[in-house]
Amino acid sequence: MAQHSHPAAGAPELPSPIPWLGAPGRVAPLDRPPPPASKSGGCGSGSCGCASKVSASAASESVPTAAGGGGGGASASSPPAPKKAAPPSSFAKWWKKRFGPRKLPGSGIPARKVIRVLAKARVVSQAAFLGVFLWFLFATAFRGTFSAEAGKAIRLPLPVEAFLLADPFVAAMTFLSTHTVYRGLAWSLVILALTLLFGRVFCGWICPFGTLHHFFGWIFPSRYLKGNKRVEANKTKGWQRGKYYLMFGFLGAALAGSAVGGLLDPICVAVRAIGLGVVPALQYLGIRGATVAADSNVKAIQTASDGTQDFFAQTVWTANQAYFHQTWFIVFALIAILFMNRIIPRFWCRALCPLGSFLGVLSRFSIFGMEKDHAKCTDCNLCLVHCQGADSPQGGVKHRQDECFVCFNCEDACPEDVIKFKFLPNRKSEVVKPDLQRRTVLATTVAGAAAIPALRIANWPDRAYSEKVIRPPGSVEEREFLERCIRCAECMKVCPNNALHPAFFEAGLEGLWTPILVPRIGYCEFSCVLCGQVCPTGAIQKIDEKQKMGVGQKPISIGTAMYDQGRCLPWAMATPCIVCEEFCPTSPKAIWAENVEIPKRESKYEAGGEHAKMTTIKVQRPHVDPSLCIGCGACEKVCPIVDKPAVYVSNAGETRSKTNVILLENTSYS
Amino acid sequence: MSSISRREALGRLGAAGAALGGSALLAKLAWDRGGFDVSRLESERQVRDFQVKAAEAAPVMAIAKSSTDAADLTRKAVDALGGMKRFVSRGDVVAIKPNIGWDRMPVHAANTNPLVVAELVRLAFDAGAARVVVTDASCNEPNRCFQRSGIWRATHALGATVILPAAHRFRELRMKGDVLDLWPVYTPLVNADKVINAPVAKHHNLSKYTGAMKNWYGLLGGRRNRLHQNIDVSIADLATFMRPTLTVLDATRVLLRNGPQGGNIDDAKDLHQVIASLDQVAVDAYGSTLIGEKPASVKYLAMGEERGLGKASWEQVPRVEV
Repeated sequence: MAQHSHPAAGAPELPSPIPWLGAPGRVAPLDRPPPPASKSGGCGSGSCGCASKVSASAASESVPTAAGGGGGGASASSPPAPKKAAPPSSFAKWWKKRFGPRKLPGSGIPARKVIRVLAKARVVSQAAFLGVFLWFLFATAFRGTFSAEAGKAIRLPLPVEAFLLADPFVAAMTFLSTHTVYRGLAWSLVILALTLLFGRVFCGWICPFGTLHHFFGWIFPSRYLKGNKRVEANKTKGWQRGKYYLMFGFLGAALAGSAVGGLLDPICVAVRAIGLGVVPALQYLGIRGATVAADSNVKAIQTASDGTQDFFAQTVWTANQAYFHQTWFIVFALIAILFMNRIIPRFWCRALCPLGSFLGVLSRFSIFGMEKDHAKCTDCNLCLVHCQGADSPQGGVKHRQDECFVCFNCEDACPEDVIKFKFLPNRKSEVVKPDLQRRTVLATTVAGAAAIPALRIANWPDRAYSEKVIRPPGSVEEREFLERCIRCAECMKVCPNNALHPAFFEAGLEGLWTPILVPRIGYCEFSCVLCGQVCPTGAIQKIDEKQKMGVGQKPISIGTAMYDQGRCLPWAMATPCIVCEEFCPTSPKAIWAENVEIPKRESKYEAGGEHAKMTTIKVQRPHVDPSLCIGCGACEKVCPIVDKPAVYVSNAGETRSKTNVILLENTSYS
Repeated sequence: MSSISRREALGRLGAAGAALGGSALLAKLAWDRGGFDVSRLESERQVRDFQVKAAEAAPVMAIAKSSTDAADLTRKAVDALGGMKRFVSRGDVVAIKPNIGWDRMPVHAANTNPLVVAELVRLAFDAGAARVVVTDASCNEPNRCFQRSGIWRATHALGATVILPAAHRFRELRMKGDVLDLWPVYTPLVNADKVINAPVAKHHNLSKYTGAMKNWYGLLGGRRNRLHQNIDVSIADLATFMRPTLTVLDATRVLLRNGPQGGNIDDAKDLHQVIASLDQVAVDAYGSTLIGEKPASVKYLAMGEERGLGKASWEQVPRVEV
């Protein structure tokens, strides 16, 4: 055993305990009294209990030493030499333990500062990007401002869809389906460039959904997932290939003209599940709490509760409870996938994520990577305990660059300094390509492409098409819409009237979670164009108010209102109403009222008579002018027949379609 | 075979007894006997009265039409009734209720002119108000209505507290009107010392004209759409419930058709009038003439007069023109 230069006569310079094994298991020699407490500062932590039991000689005998590691012992922590005036304060101890020079456990080699800093910087970066993501998500809502002039066009001040614009998988999918890169999606080149430089740093450092999984794996690990079980769970598994095949399947579908892969894009999943599920659920709890506070009838409690509600309405959610049609499934899926972290850390990232696998394929060109020296590895598996990507950082196997998130945990944990990340590594112990079979790649791509016609036979945009599929204003024609819509739910989140909802099966299986307008819950605000502003792929085009309202041109219509005269109060029940006409936003109004005088039976029998008296009543009966109706659904929303409104909107006559047309004058096959 | 000790036997019996007793007590406390609770309607109407005592000789209505500046007109009209100091005392919380119902710009004349509202805020502060609240329960999306009406910007700049409607600000209240009883009422409007109604005169297809009395629709939450089935009595009920300190009707620009939203610049016309009044009915009767309607055909005016809210024949009301 090489002579590890321990302090000449001092207290033992013991290695720190290994987290999952506890303190180094050495037994205090029986023939010596325990050293005095003042000399045992090297341990750093009073709780580990090892310092007082182990003598200096025992330490020097049993510490395994790596070459070149010796010098480190001379640093600040050589307690015996000077006559110390006062023992260090508890703060100084804490500071030294936290930020002072550290030695790698086991070997005692000094830890390299850069790696310690990088591992911490990664946590900061993850937290910051998750914070920005949530900030943008909460800001994906129109909240007015006192500072804007009345005539100022209403747009969101922040690029709330930025994470989607930077998403290379979204860009690739929509490029394959539309053969164009839409506007801001060019930003995805930034993440692409980062991947080509450093590998999947996006997954380890940036991805908010990945951070969520990282966080949940850390805070709620199963109590069985410790020690050797954790090591086993973090070894590379064959099923990690699944995400590549899934990704190729989605790219195949994109080639066939469908951006259905957005269903599993992590940013889309995060926006959809948090924006449409988690935030409204929290809001529900908040409003319930406010109701309880209001019922207290104590003015101070009510005022405090009102203030709290106002604060959250201005920052996290909006003034009124948001509802989203059929989101239970989206939320269940989120909970299930977060729960998987208890069993397999970052299960989503390893098994399913199509963006991660897309970057995994690209990371073969990365000029940054890992080198490891198997000869020096002691197979302690500490790297595996902390591994995020299950990318085989341990000894005896080759590292998998395509699976690695470049989180630096393994290099930080390695007690022997075996693992080193560097530019242009020698790749002797590295696999850069995903472990895939060419035939299966081909087969899954073809299967993805073949699925699209199969799905569309059931729901062809020109035939058998549900009248409930009312697309947001500015949406492109349905076939192109499906080429572009990635189901990211940005439009639904931003809609100020809660009008847009994720479709369940209204638009067919392929149209799952694409946006549809449900006027019963909210109508399309006449001069609002925010859904187009936030759409990252151009499924909803960035129209302006003039185009939407039809100033000097034809307005954009998303459907047409129809009356169910058997349910309408003035039509069927001799009762005045026409709220629909009041709310109709066009000028002249698309809903017009006909004045009629009709018989009405009084609700009581005449005195002494056998019949109820008949009178007449003047009512206004509403009609729709289909050439003016824009299908906004305001009439349906405000109809007092709440359950099944007497006026309802269907997508008939929508501007974007050449076939779903009512009027001859709008028909054009040009 | 050994039997258990007396101590343990007593302990077990005690635990079982406590569990049974606890369940019985809980059941007693939470027992629901079923059936309906019949709400008993008392006949007396609820009123929120914010009026100040009328001075003997002062006019009831002031029509300002001698300027084209909205702020100027507003000030003149209020001054002609004795000035804001007559209505607002030092330290008062003043709620101003403009019409901010629609996502329209000032030029469309669907909402109250922001200059009129701003001038009222300024006058209230000058008269010593501690806090001036500007709010309305909008029809369209409130953020858009408040921003695009220009009222948010104009009044916030003067230090007014602009409150946007949100679910938690409505509390259920019994109004005990003819058709309106239990409704969610917008609390910022009733939790004030003084209330100024600041409507805009507009066309409305069902009620023919909308101004001061119908502006109280903005007092209600819930599904207001049912009110249309008996719109005139609803309006009368609301105006009976809410007696403002002062009504200032904005007729600087009025909507003549396609009401109450308008939407087309050609639907509105500049009139350059502001009318301050202590009589909600009279000001509406006068306002209806401005959009070319006869007060007699606006039914809720007669109802208001019947209930003693004011005079539908506005010509008989003591008034000044400035």
